[in-house]
Amino acid sequence: MSEPEQPDNEIQPETQKPAVAKKPPPSRERLQQSRRRWLRTVLLTGGVLGAALSGYLPLVYAQKKRLRPPGALDEKDFLSSCIKCGQCVQVCPVEAIKLADLVDGFGVGTPYIDAREQACDFSCDAVQCILACPTGSLVYKKPAFLGVRKGAPLATAPILKAKEKDPEPTLNLTERIGVARLTRPEACLAIQGKGFKGQARGASFKGLLRYMEVDRWKPVRISDHPYDLAECDLCVRECPVKGAISIETVFAPDGSKRKSPVVHEPCVGCGVCEMICPVEPTCIVIEAREVWNT
Amino acid sequence: MSTILTRRFFDQIAVMFGREARKPVAIEPAAQKIHLYKRGNRDLIAEKLHARAHAVHTNKWRNRRWATLIVVNLMFTFSFWLDIQILEGALTASRFIGFHLIDLNSALQVMLAHKHIIVNLVIGTGTVFVLWLLLGGRSFCSWVCPYHLLAEFAEKIHLYLVKKKLVTDQNMDRRLRTWSWLVFAVLALLTGYTVFEAISPVGIVSRALIYGPGLALLWVLALLVFEVFFSRRAWCRYACPIGLTYGVVGIFSPLRIRYKLDGCFHEGDCRKVCLVPHVLDTVIKGRAVDTEIPIGPDCTRCGLCVDTCPTGSLSFDIKGLSNLL
Repeated sequence: MSEPEQPDNEIQPETQKPAVAKKPPPSRERLQQSRRRWLRTVLLTGGVLGAALSGYLPLVYAQKKRLRPPGALDEKDFLSSCIKCGQCVQVCPVEAIKLADLVDGFGVGTPYIDAREQACDFSCDAVQCILACPTGSLVYKKPAFLGVRKGAPLATAPILKAKEKDPEPTLNLTERIGVARLTRPEACLAIQGKGFKGQARGASFKGLLRYMEVDRWKPVRISDHPYDLAECDLCVRECPVKGAISIETVFAPDGSKRKSPVVHEPCVGCGVCEMICPVEPTCIVIEAREVWNT
Repeated sequence: MSTILTRRFFDQIAVMFGREARKPVAIEPAAQKIHLYKRGNRDLIAEKLHARAHAVHTNKWRNRRWATLIVVNLMFTFSFWLDIQILEGALTASRFIGFHLIDLNSALQVMLAHKHIIVNLVIGTGTVFVLWLLLGGRSFCSWVCPYHLLAEFAEKIHLYLVKKKLVTDQNMDRRLRTWSWLVFAVLALLTGYTVFEAISPVGIVSRALIYGPGLALLWVLALLVFEVFFSRRAWCRYACPIGLTYGVVGIFSPLRIRYKLDGCFHEGDCRKVCLVPHVLDTVIKGRAVDTEIPIGPDCTRCGLCVDTCPTGSLSFDIKGLSNLL
């Protein structure tokens, strides 16, 4: 550090020629240096661009569809508008929202919900994640210029069972984020006519759920709330939305009568049924970004 | 501002976009006098040695800066962990006690990709614009960006390896950063994805600090390895469009480093520690166009040169206020 820097010897006092004076031709060494520098620059550009565009790979190879938080725009719009700040993660009382990692390509840092691990139970009442979103990736109501997919809008504002006695019982949500579907009816306890006793997801499950009879403002662990049911109806019992799912009597292919959970139009796709289903793997799942088909 | 300083002002903007720093075409008479005085003045050598022997090297500004950077980033982390809600979100977008703050470059990416701007986005972007206009533009880089701190440590290792002659610094063309800014803007516009946000080490490190580490940190690690073994501070110098965005904000910032010609011995210690040595071209012997010169907008206001300068020729300055103080 102590050696003085090369002074700019060529510069002369003000009176002399301007700096644009004739330059000697650059030496071969110099030319080679600048060629190498150019090559390095091109390599770094290629590297950075390659890294950036590798974000396309997971999108090209159709990955698992992510369940986005409530109020999310359609996937393409969601990915273009999300600023990846995680404010939705921070406000969620049950920490249902997680941020995606590198494998999600351009979706790195975007929020998603793994409903089986922790579903959105709307225990915030106001859909706080939408309120927190600074860029309008999550919205109460889509701006006019964005298209609405058929079957995505909810026929009426969903009534939150927990708020049913409140003056304003509805949830401020206009579109569903998915639809629940009974994917493994053969394993469903209700269809088999079986009951359920114990902790719905075992003792080690960390998922939280709001139980109105316990505390409206403090969701508790599902493992701290064991059940004793003569006939399993957990998905119906814990569904936070009124009229979204019910146990109906249906006819089996052989003509015999049996009971089965049936999903109805008010289903918003929150995923509580998927989280609470005591069968491993779950019998009912949320089809992310699915619309209601009549 | 004199015409000579005005010319330098525009010159420095061109330098920020990647042009090489040039020798000045005209110099103020007062500065020319000092240049002439310094030429061939034997007494200066003794004075220089004396000044060097008595110079007290401090890390005052570096320490203040590191403390600020760490505190800001920990405020994000603890706002979430302890749920104290002071600074919620990440560096890309956040809320400071409820007020929206949105990183300019992230906001730009979202606006270009989504082609729709909502009110909160405008408010947050405007607030951050004014904030960094007052605080110096690229001071965001050195005083807040968590990647900057990691890169500073990588730089130390790099310089050690250079000293041991194990690696050499492969410098690149600085115009690359301008191109990278343009390419990512166009990519956002055309693809509709915030392409840059997917690889932005600032966002990745910031989110990792708040929401926990992920695989995306491997990309940051790769950048750091590249900087250690191949090219000094390559990301910040040649690639990061965020730096350029804030640099543009800094063009009009009153907060900058000021250079005083008379005490300077032109030894270039400041240029050796600087992340962006092209902004310090004015300290080269014979180049200063005036007796006092504001350093250009690409300067990150990190203060390393202020700490290093043995003669106090470089100092922080607030335009308009320096005369009052």
